[in-house]
Formats: sequence, C-alpha cells, structure tokens
Amino acid sequence: MKLLIIEDEPEMLENMTQTLERQRYIVETASDYKTALYKIGVYDYDCILLDISLPDGNGLELLKELKSSGKDEGVIIVSAKDSLDDRLEGLNLGADDYLPKPFHMAELHARVKAVLRRRHFEGNQQIKLGNLVISPESRDVKIDDLSVALNRKEYDILMYLITNKKRLVTKSALAEHVWGDHIDQADSFDFIYSQIKNLRKKLEHATLTIEAVYGVGYKLELV
Amino acid sequence: MKLLNHTSKYLAIILVPLITIWAFIFYYAMLDEIYDSLDDGLENQKVLLLQRLPTNPEILEHKDLELWSHSITPVSKTYHDKFTERYSDTLMFMLNEKDYEPVRVYETKIAYNDSYYKVKFITSMVEEDDLIQDLITYLIVLYILLMISIVILNNLMLKKIWKPFHSLVSQLPNFRIEKNHQITTKDTSIDEFKLLNASITTMVEQSRARYLEQQHFIENASHELQTPLAISINKLELFLENTTLSEDELKTMASILDNLGRLTRLNKSLLLLSKIENRQFTDEEDIDFNLLISSITQDFEDLASHKHIRLTIDAKEQLNFQMNKDLAIILLTNLIKNAIVHGQQHNTVHIVIARNLIKVQNYGAAEPLNAHYVFSRFKKLSSDKKSTGLGLAIAKAITEKYSIEWNYEFTTQHNFTLSFPDGR
Repeated sequence: MKLLIIEDEPEMLENMTQTLERQRYIVETASDYKTALYKIGVYDYDCILLDISLPDGNGLELLKELKSSGKDEGVIIVSAKDSLDDRLEGLNLGADDYLPKPFHMAELHARVKAVLRRRHFEGNQQIKLGNLVISPESRDVKIDDLSVALNRKEYDILMYLITNKKRLVTKSALAEHVWGDHIDQADSFDFIYSQIKNLRKKLEHATLTIEAVYGVGYKLELV
Repeated sequence: MKLLNHTSKYLAIILVPLITIWAFIFYYAMLDEIYDSLDDGLENQKVLLLQRLPTNPEILEHKDLELWSHSITPVSKTYHDKFTERYSDTLMFMLNEKDYEPVRVYETKIAYNDSYYKVKFITSMVEEDDLIQDLITYLIVLYILLMISIVILNNLMLKKIWKPFHSLVSQLPNFRIEKNHQITTKDTSIDEFKLLNASITTMVEQSRARYLEQQHFIENASHELQTPLAISINKLELFLENTTLSEDELKTMASILDNLGRLTRLNKSLLLLSKIENRQFTDEEDIDFNLLISSITQDFEDLASHKHIRLTIDAKEQLNFQMNKDLAIILLTNLIKNAIVHGQQHNTVHIVIARNLIKVQNYGAAEPLNAHYVFSRFKKLSSDKKSTGLGLAIAKAITEKYSIEWNYEFTTQHNFTLSFPDGR
C-alpha cells in the first residue's frame, strides 16, 4: 500500500511517516503545494493524507485538482483548523475523511485502514488473527468457529486494537475513538477498564491477549 | 423617581414659601395703599367742608357722625391750639351688616369766623379678615394652577425634549456585546443629547471592535496551538512504542500524556467557545430532543455505571426545536456529563423532558452552587483536575445563541433547567 503525506510542518510529517511506515505502508511525502501537485500528477497512491493549509496554496485546491483529473485515491484531510466549513467542503469535494489536529497515532492508523478497506472492497473480507475471525460487514466475531457475542463498544474496542495490533494504544485515544469526541472531557478514562475486562473474558479462548501498559493504555498481542 | 417628577417635586416645595412670602409683602403693600387712599379721601372731605362752609353754615350743626359721616364739635381756642390732627381705626355698628365693621377716623380742627371746632370724619374701611381670607383662597388657587401647568408642561414638553435620552437609555439594559446588537440614536437638536448619542455610538463601536479582536485572538491562538500539541503528543506516543520503560518511567510518561490531553481539551473548548460566540454555526435543522437525549445517555452509560450512577429519562412530552445539530449535541452532552461528573455515587441522574423544557437533576454536594459562578469560565466547582472549567460556559453560550433560558435551583438535588422559547 502506497501513501502520500502532504504536510508542511516537518516534525508532524516525520511523526506521521514514522508511524505509518511501521504499519508496513510505503510512505512518500510532500511538504508544499508544488511538490504535492507534481507527485499526484505522476504517481498513483492508495491513500493521500492532505493538510489544508500549505505555505504556497490551499489543500482543498489540490483535492479539486485530484478529483478533476479523474483519480480516485482515498483522501483524508488533516487540518489544524477544525472548522465545520472546511470539513463540509472537503467531504463535498470527495475527501473520504476529515481528521482534525491534534490526533492520536492510533487514530491515524484506524482512519487510513478504514479508507483503504473501503477503497479495496475489503469490507466484505474477513479479518483473521490467530484463531479469531471477524466479518466486518456483519460485525460477527468467531473464535475457532464459535460465535462470540460482543456488544457495540466491545466490538469497537477490539477492532481498534486489532487495527493497531502489537502497538500501544493510549487510553484517551481508545476513549475518543469508541465513546466519541464528547466523552473526552469526562473526569477519568477509568471506565474503559471495565469494558476491557469484559472483552478479555469473552476472548479467553482466543490466541491473543490485551495487555495493559501500566497507566498509559493497552496493547494487543498475539500469543 | 423620574427626572420629570423630581423637578416638579422641587418646584412644588419651593413654591410654598415663595408664595407665602409674596402674600405677606403683597398684603401689606396693598393695605398701605388702601390706607393712603382712604386718608387722602378723608382729607379731601375736610377741604370740601371748608369750601362749602361759607354758603352752607348749617354744616356746623352736623353732629350725627353716623348720618353725615362727619361731626363738628365746638372747642375752646386753647384746645384748638394744642390739638394735632390724627388718623385712627375703630369699629362702628353697621346697620346693613348688623355687625361692627372697621372704619377709618380722621380727627382734625378748623377755625371759622373766630370760632374753633374739632371735626371728625369717618369712612368705611376694608375688612382685613375678609381680605386675608380672599387672598389665601386666591393664592391656593394660584398655587394649584401653577402646579397643574408645571406638571402638564413637564409631561408634554420635557418628555418630548428628553425623548432621545429615554430611547437611548431603554436600549442599554438589553445591550449585549457578544450579540450583534445595534444602538439606534434619535436625531436631536439639543447639544447635550447630540454629544451623548455620539459618545455612546463611539463607545459601542470601539467596545465591539475590541471584543471581536479578542475573540479572534483566542481563535487564532487556539489554532496555532494545535500543531505543536499534535507534534508533542505524537512524538510521545512514538517514543513510548520505541522504548522499553520501567513502571516509574511509564507513570511519568502517562502523566505527561494526560496533561497534554488536558491542554488539548482546553484548547478545543476555547476554540469552540469563540466559534459559538462568533456565530460560526449557522446550519439549523429540526432536532428531536427525545431521540438525541436517549442516544447521548447511551454514550454515557459506561461512565455512569463506572460511577455507580443510574441514568433515568422521564419523557413526558415530545420536544422539538430548530437549531444547529452539533450545538444541540454539545449542549446536552455538557449538561448530562456535568450531572454525571458531579453526581453522587450510588444515586441517580434524572432527566425530565416536557414541552419546551429539559431538566437535569443530580445529587451532589449538599449545598446550592453559587448561581453567579456556575456558568463562568474556568470556575471549577471541584478540585477535579480533568475538567476544563468550560463545559457549562460553552453550554451557556449555546443557549444564549438560541434564546434558551437557563435556570439553576437547588432542592435536595441540583436542578438545571433549559426552557425553550415558543414558536421555533
């Protein structure tokens, strides 16, 4: 899978590149409008991460350019300006998603993965992990061909951890992803623990474990 | 007291001594004039008598004072020489009035054909008690008439003159700098009011400009903070993955991440607040609050059960309202979250939905909150370090945008009520 990150902030670009490369994506970068326009014109990508405010142009123009040239890359807009107008305009122009800064690395993976899945009709494909089989379409989870009943939140937690498997997922990243933006002002994320406990119980016979990383978050490991 | 009545009051007070003093002066001046003219008349009678005496000597026989209004008494020469003429007041029985009435007496002397006479003239005089009574009556009438005309004049004329002032003053209590209220001034020819109008208009414009500047500053500052925050958080996340750390080190990292998260939330809240106040949420739709509340409470189910709080909804009626959907979600989320976060463990948070009304009740601190501070920014009511102190301020800003009324009261529970305006 080949990704293009268009981002003018060098450190931000470095973080995103590093974390996505670890997910075994091939990552190319562009830090200004001109370079980005050139790369989009010459190469094909599976997904483009697009910062709206570039020093020499507007990312939305780039998106228009991309769509008018008939390319159907997945596009995720990344913006420090969490503005409703930009979000609406971006999505109207054909972007797949809108991710406001700051975001968690785990969330970035999840969004990229979701876009890639949609783009490549992977939605119907089963996800296999050890003896665990998940059908994303029906939200059906099986361990050794035996169905496991997960509620909506347990399923969402599991999928998020699988997307970021073998990587650290912080509690706040998990809470924001599963419980939504508005939960993030709750007084503590400790309530996540009881959901994790339930999930662990249900995945007792699976060949994977959810490890707690002390005080910080969780990590899904294959046994 | 109104300015109009104020001037009338002082006029009414000052007119009393003024008219009284004037009455005294007027009374004595008039009386003096009356005496003067009576005395002149009496003297004139003496001159007349002396003139007529040669042709009518029988005048000397006039002894009946009451009949002739004069009496002539012969006196000796020594008495005549010593006698000095004088005026005096006395009472005399009047047949028509059947009462004693005051008369003016003029006693003088004449010498005629070597005979000496004392002559007494009388003339009827003004009745002083009647005069005083009349004077008082007329003065009271004058006073009343004066007051009536002053009040009428004040009410008609002054009211008209003060119109620009009143129009201005009546607008000021409703003026809110965060809303785009305009102060309209009435044209006037009065310099003072012109000055007032100009000053207020300038003041309002300047204040609004400062206010907008400040809003934009907050918005821009928040925007600029997003990128460094994102970089820091992501760098830490990568560092945590790349490095094997001891438990203590992990704890420190977790605390740094937590605090960066707090900073992010604070920043987002500030940004949201200024966006609401800058009226950036314009799309409106009909919101089904019953549906919205039940979906939000579902989101909070886990947090509530973690705190052992039971969430109950009592939907008495259907509530729909035209507003921005994102803001509706933020409003109710903040309200319900506030109730759960500050709610008492092992108790309930109760939400009542009625026509035009949403009420959220929670048990908590056993004393009422200070209603003045509840909605203030950064007014934290607990030592809770994760709350931004902006939740209710954001909710308040949203309700103000849609003229939804807030009410907080404390019974045994804390009650937050939202009253929706009609006709939306």
